[in-house]
Amino acid sequence: MAARSPLLTILIALLVALLVWLFVAAWPEWLTGAIGAKKLFVTTIFNGVTVAGLYFLVASGFTLVFGLMRNVNLAHGSLFLFGAYIGYSVATATGYWLIGVAAGFLAAGLVGILMQVLVFRRMEGDELRQTLVTIGISIVAADLMLAVWSGKTYQFATPDWLDGAVRTPFILAYRSNGAAVPMMYPWYRLVVLAAAIVIGVGLWLVLNRTRIGMMIRAGVDDRAMLSASGVNVHVVFAVVFGIGAGLAGFAGVVGGTALSIAPGEDVRYLLASLVVVIVGGMGSITGAAVGALLIGLAEQIGLAYFPTYGVVLTFVIMVAVLAFRPQGIMGRPA
Amino acid sequence: MSVMETTTGVSAEARSMAGSPLVWGVAALLLVYPLVATPFLTFQVGGYALILGTIALSLSFLAGYGGMVSLSQMSAAGLAGYVVAIFGFNSFGSGFGWPWWLVVPIAVLASTAFSVGVGLLAIRTEGIYTIMITLAIGVAFFLLAQQNYAIFNGHSGFAGIAPPVLFGLNWRDPLPFYYLALFVAAVFYLAVVYIARAPFGLALQAIRDNPRRMRALGYNVTAHRVAAWALAGIAAGFGGVLLVWFNGRISPGTIGVDRLIDILVIAIVGGTRRPAGAFLGAIFFVLLDTYAINVMGAERFNTLIGVLFLAIVLFSPDGLLGLWEKARRSFATRGSGV
Repeated sequence: MAARSPLLTILIALLVALLVWLFVAAWPEWLTGAIGAKKLFVTTIFNGVTVAGLYFLVASGFTLVFGLMRNVNLAHGSLFLFGAYIGYSVATATGYWLIGVAAGFLAAGLVGILMQVLVFRRMEGDELRQTLVTIGISIVAADLMLAVWSGKTYQFATPDWLDGAVRTPFILAYRSNGAAVPMMYPWYRLVVLAAAIVIGVGLWLVLNRTRIGMMIRAGVDDRAMLSASGVNVHVVFAVVFGIGAGLAGFAGVVGGTALSIAPGEDVRYLLASLVVVIVGGMGSITGAAVGALLIGLAEQIGLAYFPTYGVVLTFVIMVAVLAFRPQGIMGRPA
Repeated sequence: MSVMETTTGVSAEARSMAGSPLVWGVAALLLVYPLVATPFLTFQVGGYALILGTIALSLSFLAGYGGMVSLSQMSAAGLAGYVVAIFGFNSFGSGFGWPWWLVVPIAVLASTAFSVGVGLLAIRTEGIYTIMITLAIGVAFFLLAQQNYAIFNGHSGFAGIAPPVLFGLNWRDPLPFYYLALFVAAVFYLAVVYIARAPFGLALQAIRDNPRRMRALGYNVTAHRVAAWALAGIAAGFGGVLLVWFNGRISPGTIGVDRLIDILVIAIVGGTRRPAGAFLGAIFFVLLDTYAINVMGAERFNTLIGVLFLAIVLFSPDGLLGLWEKARRSFATRGSGV
């Protein structure tokens, strides 16, 4: 889109240049006076991008399931929380964080496959009913998880090799003796961001460059035709549902380590997934990435600069997208 | 949406229902109920069920006749409640102190505007998107109310909100309050029954079944849908005003995700094909809410509600009303067979 309009290209180039300058340059007095210290700004952007990585992990599964099966899985947040709890329990029992991550992925993925096989297969094509069922499941799941893991807040122990902060190349300020103060940032959060990018690229490659990806894309466009051309649609559906749910569980463990795990988090991540998919466009991995980035940044900028109206910013983005591009930024018109 | 039933059956049935002894029986029962029930049953069960029923009615009207399942009706009601608290009196002394006859219309206007706004967004997309958008808006409003202290007083919300004392009656006493709630509920129930048979309602149902054809026939699809959202907003607004008078307080908890979903559960469990479903669902819900504690303890109430909701969605998509009709029909055929 940008390539077609030179004006827009120039505008985007200017914005990028401005952003780079904001990161690299030492801020003049008037700028600090206007929007606060450079440290706040740079940290906020970093937080926004890393939170976006987490949102992307959760929302990519949501958008895959929605795109393929037209099933708004409102139990997606529950899968996130379930994966996180299982991951926590396994990690504490075995002492290995990575086993916890794997357990979170597998447990949520398994539940996802079970949901697909036992429930959704029985009411195919009835979108509203499927969605209502996921609401019922999320009510029961939230209550049962409360029964098992209680209302406590869990905090994973970050493994040693992921702990600590790293020095980033951005200079925040200069001390009076001329020494530069670099920005320190938690190593773990950067790893989460990297993992999200790797998984995102991997998903994109699987969807666009492999045979199963071709089947999934064909299923998004026309389920009946895919089925008629000899593909076992049920298997494709189960695999996608499993991967989507597994990603939610994976994000649960990873996100629980970066932040924390408590009842109510399911709703927060469900909201994030909803908004990311509405903004990004359904069934599109690129859309989920763009949406996650927008929402993550909006949330963190809101938290930092206008705390009590932070949600409004996220909401405004959603409204603006719906008003001008109802199918989402990357979505195709129906 | 294919899920919903076709138009003609409903309105014909509604017509035949109007004169049936069952309807008059239920009406008489509702009028006499507080005279035989304890004040607790009148207020906490009867009044509460009527309020929740009115709010659920706004959802089931949109879902059943418009094919648009909105999860933000409780948010609209909550907004009306907040307006009552902010413009009227509250115990923090931060209310503007305006009289009730000014505050109530403003509250209903606010919830109607909210509902129309949500509707304008939701109808830009089709079908299942509506649930996502309305849920997102509902959650966003909840988070805003929770975080914002300047307007919504954050986590604690407002307390000390009371209905006016009028005609020498304290309208928060069980008996007057019950009849007030009953009056409001009856007005909206009859309004929905009437609209379902009026040209507007018929057009709305036709749009639900096939928007493209209605557009081709020259109907303004968008205008009909927005009007439906406005009507739903009015019902939710009155429900919200009653709810805040009933509770005497409003906080983000009133418009939390659980509450939004409660309203959906009520509408679906009761059945969205008929306006009576919302009230049936509400009575069922309030009775469970009040008495399930005695049976199984307060702990796992949500599991019970969730399982019941799942059972209804899985086995009787038309809700309790659908079950009742199925039973009646099978009884009737058996009777004629003999």
